[in-house]
Amino acid sequence: MRVPIDWLSEYVGVEITPVELAERLAMTGTEVARVLHHGPLSADNFVVGKVLSAEQHPDADRLRVCGVDTGDAEPRTIVCGAPNVAAGQTVAVALPGAVMPDGTTLGEAKLRGIKSSGMILAEDELGIGGEHDGIMVLGDELAAGTPLGDVFAVSSEVLEPEITPNRGDCGGLYGIAREVHAATGAALSAPPWSHDPGEATIGQAPAGISVTVENAGLCPRFTARIFENVTVGPSPIWLKARLAAAGQRSISNVVDITNYVMLVSGHPLHAFDLDQVSGGELTVRAARDGEKLTTLDGEERILDADICLIADADGPTSLAGVMGGSRSEVSEQTTRVLLEVAVWDGANINRTSTRLGLRSEASSRFEKGLSPEGALEAQAMATALMLELTGATLSDGTLDIGGEGPAADVVRLRDARIVSLLGTPIERERSQKILEALGFGVEAADDGLDVTVPHWRRDDVTREADLIEEVARINGLDSLPATLPLNRTGRAGGLSREQQLIRRAEDVLVGRGLCEIVGWSFTDPQVCEQLLLPADHPLRALVVIENPMSSAQSVMRPSILPSLLDAAAYNLARGADGCALFESGSVYRAGPTNDGMAANEHHGLGAIITGPARLPSWDDAQPPAARIGTAHALVSSVLGALGIDWEVEDGELPFLHPGRTAMIRTSEGLLGWFGEVHPAVAASWEIEQPIAALAIDIGRAAAEAPAHSIFSDLTSFPPLREDLAVIVPAGVSAASVVTCVTEAGAPLVSRAEVFDVYSGEQVGEGRVSLALHVDFSVDDRTLSDEDVAPLREKIVAALKSELDGELRG
Amino acid sequence: MIERVAEIQKQAEAEISAASSSAALEELRVQYLGRKAELPQLLRDVAQLPPDQRGEAGRTANEARQSLEAMIEAAAARFEADELTAALAADKVDITLPGSPIEAVGHHHLLSATRREIEDVFCGLGYSVVEGPEVELVHYNFDALNHAPAHPARGRSDTFYIEGGGEGPDQVLLRTHTSPMQIRIMEQTPPPIALIVPGRVFRRDSDATHTPQFHQIEGLLVDEGVTLADLKGTLLAFARAIFGEGRELRLRPHFFPFTEPSVEVDVSCFMCEQGSVADGGRCSLCKGTGWLEVLGSGMVDPNVFAAVSEHGYDPDSHQGFAFGLGIERIAMLKHGVPDLRFFYENDLRFLRQFG
Ligand SMILES: [Zn+2]
Repeated sequence: MRVPIDWLSEYVGVEITPVELAERLAMTGTEVARVLHHGPLSADNFVVGKVLSAEQHPDADRLRVCGVDTGDAEPRTIVCGAPNVAAGQTVAVALPGAVMPDGTTLGEAKLRGIKSSGMILAEDELGIGGEHDGIMVLGDELAAGTPLGDVFAVSSEVLEPEITPNRGDCGGLYGIAREVHAATGAALSAPPWSHDPGEATIGQAPAGISVTVENAGLCPRFTARIFENVTVGPSPIWLKARLAAAGQRSISNVVDITNYVMLVSGHPLHAFDLDQVSGGELTVRAARDGEKLTTLDGEERILDADICLIADADGPTSLAGVMGGSRSEVSEQTTRVLLEVAVWDGANINRTSTRLGLRSEASSRFEKGLSPEGALEAQAMATALMLELTGATLSDGTLDIGGEGPAADVVRLRDARIVSLLGTPIERERSQKILEALGFGVEAADDGLDVTVPHWRRDDVTREADLIEEVARINGLDSLPATLPLNRTGRAGGLSREQQLIRRAEDVLVGRGLCEIVGWSFTDPQVCEQLLLPADHPLRALVVIENPMSSAQSVMRPSILPSLLDAAAYNLARGADGCALFESGSVYRAGPTNDGMAANEHHGLGAIITGPARLPSWDDAQPPAARIGTAHALVSSVLGALGIDWEVEDGELPFLHPGRTAMIRTSEGLLGWFGEVHPAVAASWEIEQPIAALAIDIGRAAAEAPAHSIFSDLTSFPPLREDLAVIVPAGVSAASVVTCVTEAGAPLVSRAEVFDVYSGEQVGEGRVSLALHVDFSVDDRTLSDEDVAPLREKIVAALKSELDGELRG
Repeated sequence: MIERVAEIQKQAEAEISAASSSAALEELRVQYLGRKAELPQLLRDVAQLPPDQRGEAGRTANEARQSLEAMIEAAAARFEADELTAALAADKVDITLPGSPIEAVGHHHLLSATRREIEDVFCGLGYSVVEGPEVELVHYNFDALNHAPAHPARGRSDTFYIEGGGEGPDQVLLRTHTSPMQIRIMEQTPPPIALIVPGRVFRRDSDATHTPQFHQIEGLLVDEGVTLADLKGTLLAFARAIFGEGRELRLRPHFFPFTEPSVEVDVSCFMCEQGSVADGGRCSLCKGTGWLEVLGSGMVDPNVFAAVSEHGYDPDSHQGFAFGLGIERIAMLKHGVPDLRFFYENDLRFLRQFG
């Protein structure tokens, strides 16, 4: 919304600069996005002139040489290119020295040999409307030399306030003026609708129109007046200039009046050509599905049953509260005008304008919710202008369906409540003054004030807290003390254990040299194909966005892996040899959950490493490439840090290398996976090298982690360590060898761990040699070789019988 | 014989003193004390001497041998130390070469690092940290938070809705703020409560200053007798912890559906003095205003308490404040990041600068 200061000053005596005013408004709750300037920077050197003579230029067909009286001793010579210039006209003149809106300073110039000392202005040269073909012709009553700024607002500062959704009353200049009055103390004039020339017509319906409102919920009030003998024509210059400064185009006097009144009162109006209202009847009703209406902008709109429209005998003629229809539009031929001012349900208007993608000055005001009383205020103001500017006569009668809104609320404002909510008092007299300035009625009460809410704040101010906000914002918050509240929760605060563990897990990965990324929660549904997911795969249960910004961001990621691959591909494409990345964030699957959430979300922790397992350096020129073991080690580090017991298990995931896929199992179930990304998947991200990857449901891991570690005595009786090298058939897993050793050596084997793997000639075809550290211990003494020898034999026997294993030489 | 021993000792001592390396020393040891050397031979010959001479000759020869052995030992130790020193001196590495591996430690993303920093400030003030669902219901995201039915934020041009969700309050959306957790927590927990809710939120906006996903931290404190002044004090403590001790706050009245009164909070700019930098120019961070807009907040609207039927959140006795801040905004201000897109590009050259 644009608020020209010059126009605003008609209602409130602004005495501070526009920038100061903007600041003051911002500090009392009305943010001002910009302060801008309309028209020339200054009105100096713009005056009224009288064209005394207009002769053909001797050397140019299209130019005239005019003698113009601009109030100086001698007429000045001005060369003018406009076809309509003629002797006897009263015109607007820019004198040499005038600064034009584009910033250039007008000088004296020779045009085809004749010196021109000034310029006769067309409207667009002052930023008013689009008229350039002809100069603007002013009223003859103006004296030559009158400053043009006295005739209309040549130059104005303009505020662009941002009106919050609760302040429908600030959709008009008078509402802003009331805020300025309260915020600055500047005197407020009586509202421009104080005098209603049609007041006598209220209470009876006008002849010639019948209106039916089928759904009063969608249309709480519908008012109309009828104007006869209307002459549609251009608006006077002052009206055009004001509309232009407010960012609106002048169309015709009738349409301009509706816009002008809306800009002042905040209440939209609509003018029908009454002769185009078929059957002389209007019906406010819900549209039928598929019903069509061509709106004023020439677009054919297809309506549905939630949309409210105004129909005449021939069907829809106006889209209620949003835009009129072209069929009943006011034209140059119009002589009878039906002026409608209604109130529409804000939520419904919002829905309609969203559904049709049609936002208008009217809809943006109605959707904030306007008061029914405002309708007749707008009628009053418009009536005065219709009579004055179009030569119209008002028919007897004011149609009014719905009437005024409910009686005003009286809300008690207690002094004590102000202190308890704000933490600082406001004097009762001060509160009273503020509320009265804002238009509230105020009566004294025992413990404070009884406040009557004006109709224009009816929906917004209903409770004591709302009144406290009003007095607090106008009183200013500068002097508010800053105090720290007591902590009476009885709790220390801080991170939960799970949150601490998730931080720990992330810290482990950072400590291992990985960089954290923050990927998009959105992804492309094509990602299912990229991940080679078969049709029935559970990861295809996508959370799908109804109204995405693009198809590439139309579903929520079902895995933490794709955003990591995106980041890896991005960095590899920019010259990185490899990268080690992790992400900690939400992963989404469709479907309600048993705890009442709308979708299955979990906190995933994923990592990928591609390229060297660690960065090469002068001392480590060719580090090994990251493979499954790299991912395995990271999983061990993370889950080890969390104190979680886990095992590796065989598994299959479509997006992992089938020979290099491992599932992470705990006593509670599967916690995640690690492995190497399937080369075909990597290729679809244009990555041609092995990628080690892992994903853990870190939220669940943190929840499963033991509460805290309990001491075991590992130092008083150190274990006896033996190394075993065992040759087993290829295909026997390391884990099964470890299990066999641990079980056969129970209860003394406290740890068994593979530290080397070898296959080759020395162990024979189809066989592999594993070397293990085996620790034997008990908690009350140090074991001797004699204690261990029988177990060692049992272990060897078990390896032989269970796994076809044999000790290596 | 005794004279001969003295002669050998004298000559050996001279040569040992003159020896210049442990190798030369070893040669001397063999020459004078080795199995075939003269001195050990003399010692062995003592037995053939007449008995009255044996004592003195044996003692003299033995002492000479021990003395020479000690002398060689001492010299050898000296050479060994010198040679180690020399060898180490020769084995010099250019200490200005980088560490290996080059990057020993990774980095938290700036958004995570900033989130943690803010979490820790509020943990220190006694707040707990809770998280909530990102896929939410209209009820929690709008209705219970006192959003009017026509509030523009509900529009499909502003908010992402999810396919297959319910109708009305059960319609499913991507949460547009972390505020729904105000309601969820009050449903679960009786007052008093003091908590923050960090998390990812979504709005249908994408331009130079908006990304469709971003991160917020919600704060909520509810108890009897909580005031707007308490909100100011709390946010002042936060602002000083994050932006430095000298910060001041400015509260500007605003409108949010779920707080009343509502205020926008500005922190005094930490790069300038009231909008002017040292050379007198206009501060680019705060655009010369001297203030940085950091968050929105206010006193919990009574209707929000009324939307919670559990635990007796009585709007007449309970008051609270709530605030919501953007992690991206705080990170950009504090670290001078000029453009939102850096946060989601995940370029290693960006990631490695922080955290
Ligand atoms: Zn600054």
